[in-house]
Amino acid sequence: MNNTNVIQAEGLTKMFGDFTAVNAITFEVKKGEIFGFLGANGAGKTTAIKMLIGISNPTSGQAHVAGFDVSTQAEDIKKNIGYMSQKFALYDDLTVKENITFFGGIYGLTKIKIKEKTKELIEDLGLEEVANQLVGSLPLGWKQKISFSVALLHEPKIVFLDEPTGGVDPITRRQFWEMIYRASHQGTTIFVTTHYMDEAEYCDRVSIMVNGKIEALDTPKELKKQFQVDSMNDVFLKLARG
Amino acid sequence: MGISVSNISKSYKDLKALQNISFEVKPNELFGLIGPDGAGKTTLFRILTTLLIANEGEATVAGLDVLKDFKEIRKYVGYMPGRFSLYQDLTVEENLNFFATIFGTSIEENYELIKDIYVQIEPFKDRRAGKLSGGMKQKLALSCALIHKPKVLFLDEPTTGVDPVSRKEFWEMLKRLQQKGITILVSTPYMDEAALCDRIALIQDGEILQIDTPENIVKQYPKTIYDVSANNMYQLINSLKAYQHKHSVYPFGEFVHYTDTRSDFNPKELKTYLEAQNLSNISIERTQATIEDSFMELAK
Repeated sequence: MNNTNVIQAEGLTKMFGDFTAVNAITFEVKKGEIFGFLGANGAGKTTAIKMLIGISNPTSGQAHVAGFDVSTQAEDIKKNIGYMSQKFALYDDLTVKENITFFGGIYGLTKIKIKEKTKELIEDLGLEEVANQLVGSLPLGWKQKISFSVALLHEPKIVFLDEPTGGVDPITRRQFWEMIYRASHQGTTIFVTTHYMDEAEYCDRVSIMVNGKIEALDTPKELKKQFQVDSMNDVFLKLARG
Repeated sequence: MGISVSNISKSYKDLKALQNISFEVKPNELFGLIGPDGAGKTTLFRILTTLLIANEGEATVAGLDVLKDFKEIRKYVGYMPGRFSLYQDLTVEENLNFFATIFGTSIEENYELIKDIYVQIEPFKDRRAGKLSGGMKQKLALSCALIHKPKVLFLDEPTTGVDPVSRKEFWEMLKRLQQKGITILVSTPYMDEAALCDRIALIQDGEILQIDTPENIVKQYPKTIYDVSANNMYQLINSLKAYQHKHSVYPFGEFVHYTDTRSDFNPKELKTYLEAQNLSNISIERTQATIEDSFMELAK
């Protein structure tokens, strides 16, 4: 991790009519940081993320993501971010290789680059045996690992992960976090949203949104100390329940 | 009025969803089925609620056989499936009325049982179910599963996708239902919820790894676990994995859980090794096993 800010938000605000969904949030995320973005249902997380990835215009305030302005350079942002969620990951009816080719194409990689990346990814994850099998036939844990690697295909500066390890068995889950640590070590910024506070424990720093505002932002260790509790779950409950 | 499962197996073509599963849920127990996606939890729920027939084995619910007495069983069980299965186009109240009528009862007759839960969504009783938030949908689904006063309640991953506040409230509701005499079988992929059950079965790939109280499972963990931390998590994990005496190395939030193969393990030795790997701010401290540690040790 170094001191370059990959995300910088200042007074970022979104209103829908009279309703303030995101209320002047200010924060920054550093290069290579694993940043947890938490909040209860309806706290404003999704709206905030939509602004950060350039698909929703802020009502006021500003944000830079990967060096680009979210209001005026949205297309550049989209090229520099990766996204992975439980709900949408890979196409079950395509093989592992076909999925890689497809997503490589979507991100505008050249054929040579796709070939190179395919080889690298398959070797890295030890998928030689199943490279030509339909993704739908693979265990969930494998799919998750492949889909994380696919989100990194175009070497984005930031990857957004939505509940990346929910429902995955504990051992695969650890392997997945090891992949995240590796990506972070190599300089990719990881932006995690989750409802599961044990996932929050893995982040370098964590922010918690309540009613559109960031009410807490620090390392899990400091937050636990500050709220005098043993777990991020208890930090969250104290904040969200008031 | 509990549940008895004996040697149940179920396959879908080549996939063995459940392999020779046996366990008992005592009357009025809050029993948890803890395991990841694909472990076979939903298949088991569907067999016990008479929606699916096992290939082998027998099971009874509230003393009734899942095959012979399937019609009878349906009067006595409440089932909240993992996927929201109410009518999205009906309002909150219409859904509840519908389920009450199907079971030959009325909201008024059994209001006492659902009151605690239903009052929280009653202000929205004219809203269509499809327009509710995740937490409210969950409360409505639970109300519908309870409206005919079941003896046994089946809840398949009721807290998936729900925020920590709603999750906590949900578990508090389950405890209150248990106090009213209902037997509860609940499944979850979230290991931290295991501690809230009386007894649990850890399940993976269609097989039960262990059945006991959460306390006993953790107590039986065979090794001493150390919380290890250092300045660089990625390098720390790699170094620990390369250490010749390691038994297991698992990232656990801000720490790595480390166990050693030797019974006379000395943390100082490990610290010296890690320092030689250019790590700094090293801390090695004994810690307690969690359900996740036990699960991983059993699944190894």
